[in-house]
Amino acid sequence: MAARTQVERSRLLAQRWRGLFYLLVGLAILVFFTSETRPDQIATLGLNTTRSVQWVRLPDLVVPVVPAVWVLAAIVLALGMRDLVRPFRRGGWLLGIASFCFLAAFLVWAARGTSFSLIGILSASLQLATPILLGALAAILCERSAVINIAVEGMMLSAAFTSVLVANLTGNIMLGFVAAMATGALLAAWHAVLSIQFKVNQIISGTVINIFAIGMTNFLNQRLMQEYTDLNNEVTFPYLSQMFPDLGKIPIVGPLLFDQSPIVWLALILLIVIQVALFHTRWGLRTRAVGEHPRAADTLGIDVFRTRYINVILGGVVAGIAGAYFTLGSVGRFDKLMTSGRGFIAMAAMIFGNWTPIGALASSLIFGFADALQVKLQILIGQVNIPYEFLLMLPYIVTMIALAGVVGRVQMPAADGQPYEKQ
Amino acid sequence: MARSPEISQARVSMWQRVANAMALPVLSLLSALVLSAVFILGSDLKVLTAFSQFFSDPARALLTAGKALADAYGALFIGVFGDPAKIFKEVGEFFATGDTQGLAIAFYPFSENFVTATPYIFAGLAVAFGFRCGLFNIGAEGQIYVGAAAAAFVGYSVEGLPWIIHAPLTFLAGALAGAFWAGIAGFLKATRGAHEVINTMMLNYVAFNLIHYLLNGPMKRGGAAGTIPISRNIVESAYLPTFFPEPIRFHAGFIVALLVAVLVWWLLFKTTLGFEIRTVGANLHAARCAGINISRNFILAMAISGALAAMAGAGEVMGVNHNLAEGFSPGYGFDSIALAMLGGGHPLGVVLAALLFGTLRNGATKMQSLAAIPIDLVSIVQAFVIMFVAAPIIIRRLYRLKTEVGGQMILMRGWGG
Repeated sequence: MAARTQVERSRLLAQRWRGLFYLLVGLAILVFFTSETRPDQIATLGLNTTRSVQWVRLPDLVVPVVPAVWVLAAIVLALGMRDLVRPFRRGGWLLGIASFCFLAAFLVWAARGTSFSLIGILSASLQLATPILLGALAAILCERSAVINIAVEGMMLSAAFTSVLVANLTGNIMLGFVAAMATGALLAAWHAVLSIQFKVNQIISGTVINIFAIGMTNFLNQRLMQEYTDLNNEVTFPYLSQMFPDLGKIPIVGPLLFDQSPIVWLALILLIVIQVALFHTRWGLRTRAVGEHPRAADTLGIDVFRTRYINVILGGVVAGIAGAYFTLGSVGRFDKLMTSGRGFIAMAAMIFGNWTPIGALASSLIFGFADALQVKLQILIGQVNIPYEFLLMLPYIVTMIALAGVVGRVQMPAADGQPYEKQ
Repeated sequence: MARSPEISQARVSMWQRVANAMALPVLSLLSALVLSAVFILGSDLKVLTAFSQFFSDPARALLTAGKALADAYGALFIGVFGDPAKIFKEVGEFFATGDTQGLAIAFYPFSENFVTATPYIFAGLAVAFGFRCGLFNIGAEGQIYVGAAAAAFVGYSVEGLPWIIHAPLTFLAGALAGAFWAGIAGFLKATRGAHEVINTMMLNYVAFNLIHYLLNGPMKRGGAAGTIPISRNIVESAYLPTFFPEPIRFHAGFIVALLVAVLVWWLLFKTTLGFEIRTVGANLHAARCAGINISRNFILAMAISGALAAMAGAGEVMGVNHNLAEGFSPGYGFDSIALAMLGGGHPLGVVLAALLFGTLRNGATKMQSLAAIPIDLVSIVQAFVIMFVAAPIIIRRLYRLKTEVGGQMILMRGWGG
């Protein structure tokens, strides 16, 4: 009984800290983003794109900077206050709103006295969120069956490499895409054999794959692609708006949703499929049973090993799609270490989203927004007196904050990370 | 007098133990090298075309493959030991004329093994120290850079101090910076249960960006007018001394590294703190029941681990480069993960493994220039090494060993612990 009260007490204390944290974030918004701003300054946020022809041109959104920052800060302060007085049970969405307010205030402040394409940044957010979302979905598939997969990064990197290689070798982009999925599946199978069969610590097994992926892609990149540069020609899927030109002309929705690679749509479809499958099908129930209580699942006749193998390999396929997005979905060529830690950020997005696909979507969008801000703000560099390196750090720091449990209580699969010993 | 049977038996079992302890790392490395050869051959077009006609001309296929491997591993040998003919000639020259310059040039490749091994010892100790507490510090690379930055700053901004004060001060500044950097991950782990693998990885990216900022801003040589992202040279009083004529770069850092290894051994196995850290690493529940403050040990172990990794950076700045530049570490921190596992998480094992890795990387550099084998092959070797050491059962089945090899060395927990 005594132990329980101590747990309760430490949880209460943690929630107090969480409330204080949000109050600090609110204050930070006020202090930072009203500092170098004159009260009459406005920010012009564009709703049109220059790229596609539109049916109607929308007027730009004109936002007075100081009042906007005040409103955003007030929202965070109010939520923080409420959290301090009467803590919210689940804090995921709270962090989501707070991060969104912070980033929006930052955006308005950075655009003070000038104009800035809002559509551009939102569309970039979706693009940058896609690999994180896919990576998080891959990790969710594994972890719901209690296999930790920190190798998403390595699978993405390797898949990005093979997709370009195979697409150029065969001259067929679809084959490149299939190769990416196969690479992910193959590495995942390796991870599965090590962690399920040989019961190697899953984090070590993941690290093996991450290091292998770095070595393999760098090695083959230098030995093949730099030797025979034709193997690294640009190959990308056409945007949806290029396939169906009319879709791109719809205001806002056109540039936002249809000036995108089909992989973005595939990610959104996968999101729904996995969400439904996990929570509303027999397969999902079995997977979750294996992740929560493998012994009980085994007793009921579910093959724990088989379920885990299937889930880990499916996760690998999804991670492979994420890897293909880096190349076939956006830049079209392979570049050394091009995933730059997005696989780890995907892990954070998964945790942040409480091991659910929908939660992962929300958190990847926030990460994508932070990423996009950082990319786009390099244009406004004179406006923002922050060295761009600090903007580049932003996603990584957000990841650490998310991991530090500002989210509040997360409910990971109970058996996560434990190898199953059949009796 | 005849020896009593018990003593001779004890002798045998000690040798048996040594053989047992060596079997896993040696066989792991061997298997990793064999597996990596597949990558050398598989990415060689000449070999591939020869093999495509394997059935019509098997001899040629095998010969081409053999030649590709001989070229690669021959270059590795020259990279490691230098050119034997040149060494013989220069040694003769030295005895005839007393000319040390030629001797230094001939022995330069060999001495480089120790220069490269120096950061590996520090970084390997760092990761091994983390293992002992059940912490997986994969952020050694970032800690190396942070340590190097702090050492470079103290090295060039403080002037007029005697060597005996300035050099240790610079070294300690580096170590402290690393302790702080890794301490963040330790703190988050201890207080919030955030997994150190992701946090140290994230801190790596933050560190790289920080270094990029420092070298293009505040620490840039020549201020804003400077053109290359490199720091000023440190003052000579912060240099680690060298012992041999140019071009040999062997410096006192190697000796410091060995001393630190002894210190780490003493700390881990002869002090209360070390006992507590090892207990936390071995069994969290037992440690909690014994009243050991787990949070404190997590933070301390992570900070010490970071300090050790940062010493690698400080040592490179003070002994080899004498300034801070981007990319001065070719991945010592990442390599040290495999190294620490190969060394069984024991300081002595780490020193031996570091010598091996120093040699390997040194040879691989030559392999890149002579045989056009990219140096990243080392990472592939490492991945396999980690796999085999972590899954001794594979080695046992592969070589049909009857005895148990290796122990359950590393115990790590999932997201929660």
